[in-house]
Amino acid sequence: MVNFILKRVLQMIPVLIGVTLVVFLIMHLVPGDPAVLMAGEGASPQRIADIRHQLGLDRPLSVQYADYLRNVLHGNLGTSIRSNRPVLKEILVRLPTTAELAVASVLIMVVIGLGSGILSAMRQGSWSDLLLMVLALLGVSVPSFWIGLMLIYYFAVKIQIFPVAGWGTWAHMVLPAITLGAGGAAIVARMSRASMLEVIRQDYVRTARAKGVKESVIIVKHALKNAIIPVITVVGLEFGALLGGTVLTESVFAINGVGRLIVDSISARDFPVVQGAVLFISVMFMVINLVVDILYRYFNRRIELN
Amino acid sequence: MLITESKHNVGSGLPRDPQWKIVYRKLWRRRTASIGGAIILFYILVALLAPWISPQDPLRIHLAHEFQGPSFSHLLGTDDKGRDILSRIIYGSRLSLSVGFAAVFIGAVVGVPLGLVAGYYGKWVDAVIMRIVDILLAFPGILLALAIVSALGPSLINVTIAVGVFSIPTFARIVRGSTLTVKKLEYIDAIKTMGAGDFRIIWSHILPNILSPIIIQATLRLATAILTAAGLSFLGLGAQPPSPEWGAMLSNGRNFLWNAPHIAAFPGLAIATLVLGFNLFGDGLRDALDQRME
Repeated sequence: MVNFILKRVLQMIPVLIGVTLVVFLIMHLVPGDPAVLMAGEGASPQRIADIRHQLGLDRPLSVQYADYLRNVLHGNLGTSIRSNRPVLKEILVRLPTTAELAVASVLIMVVIGLGSGILSAMRQGSWSDLLLMVLALLGVSVPSFWIGLMLIYYFAVKIQIFPVAGWGTWAHMVLPAITLGAGGAAIVARMSRASMLEVIRQDYVRTARAKGVKESVIIVKHALKNAIIPVITVVGLEFGALLGGTVLTESVFAINGVGRLIVDSISARDFPVVQGAVLFISVMFMVINLVVDILYRYFNRRIELN
Repeated sequence: MLITESKHNVGSGLPRDPQWKIVYRKLWRRRTASIGGAIILFYILVALLAPWISPQDPLRIHLAHEFQGPSFSHLLGTDDKGRDILSRIIYGSRLSLSVGFAAVFIGAVVGVPLGLVAGYYGKWVDAVIMRIVDILLAFPGILLALAIVSALGPSLINVTIAVGVFSIPTFARIVRGSTLTVKKLEYIDAIKTMGAGDFRIIWSHILPNILSPIIIQATLRLATAILTAAGLSFLGLGAQPPSPEWGAMLSNGRNFLWNAPHIAAFPGLAIATLVLGFNLFGDGLRDALDQRME
């Protein structure tokens, strides 16, 4: 197990370096002079030169990248053009909000997704199965930002039981978490249904049934334990989509998190913040994937040993 | 992986219907797939016939008619500038479909050769290409596309490029896997001993055999591409006002949720049904083309 973890961490390093390179290069795609763009219209040549120097744009590309990488390794993601504060600080201030939103959405995704997936599999071919699977198909097709707006319209504007926007209390969390978690829940539902159907056809489940074990015990103790393994992978993958989705959800609900920071910084042409926040979230995603891989391995091993 | 029969059928030798006929029959038998196909066809027709079926000019501002709910004169109502929402949605289908098809085309044109080369040559070529794919996949969800658009600047063309790049790694990965499977087939070895060059083997023997996973991926990817592009436009990074792009229309509609929710509701429904169409059709195609399902 330790060897496995070590190997996975070592494998992650070239990808990590690659991600920094992509983020670095993307910001050099900016047409024209980024310094001029960032300084805004009518800025003095002195201000433009200052920004250019601050960004290190007056040096060769390879030197710029080496500097950038060194800074990133030291936790220095640059300085925000807009607020003049360190980018990392801007991110960390907003991180708890985004983390809360992400965790709440993952809960929705797992609880609703797994629940309806199991229910569907248990009643395969019934009306409830059909209905849940139609809903799951809609869940992957409907844009999350539209779900968000419709939820706001109904629950915040019309019947007014949840706040329209903002963050702070649990009531603020409900609509954004549903918005962000719905797509993932749909995918988890489809995956867990398929996985459960495969498992409950296995011999050992039939044996348990023949022995007169109660249906609920069969589902929880025998079937679910095995069916959950492929579901874990999907949850891990969907977590990535979910992290990316915070950009849209935070924007819909005016939540001051890292996602909205990216969108606001794009419109303000505050590229160091865009660069830093994209890198930060991507690294977070990679670490989560690593954890999921380890969990997957752990569960799989336990079953192999049993 | 999925392998379809091509002209190099290693089957039983019995005369069979051509592959496309079998697939077509299976698709037709699956109700969900035919619903998906019908939805896609409907939107393509709407996009092609837009100038003839659109009741009004999608850009014509009519301030006297602003914020009207659905009625006989405006079936889906009007927006904050009195523009007819149905006409805007009809014209918007042109934008969504072209962005979707163009982005998936970019993704396939770059991703498929990458996957073919990686799978066929293996070794360091494979290692290098797959690491690049890993790097591109390390950006969660919409983030890579977002970063690219933020640098290129907001426009629908840049959104298309960004969503295209975002699709490259998925194509590369799937094609590589399929190539690995086909490469091991005996007849490829036979052709090789007969002296065929690498390019010919890849182009006329491997590619035709892995078309089904590519087509399935392209269909499902269209759904993702349309959703992502609409999301970027919603954030103000794609089509700019007054363009009748669906994501941009939704973004405009959010300002009027309290008095005219239909402005946001209908463009969202349009996105959802089109994406649903591609998802249904893609799922059906997967079942029809995947021979393990037989």
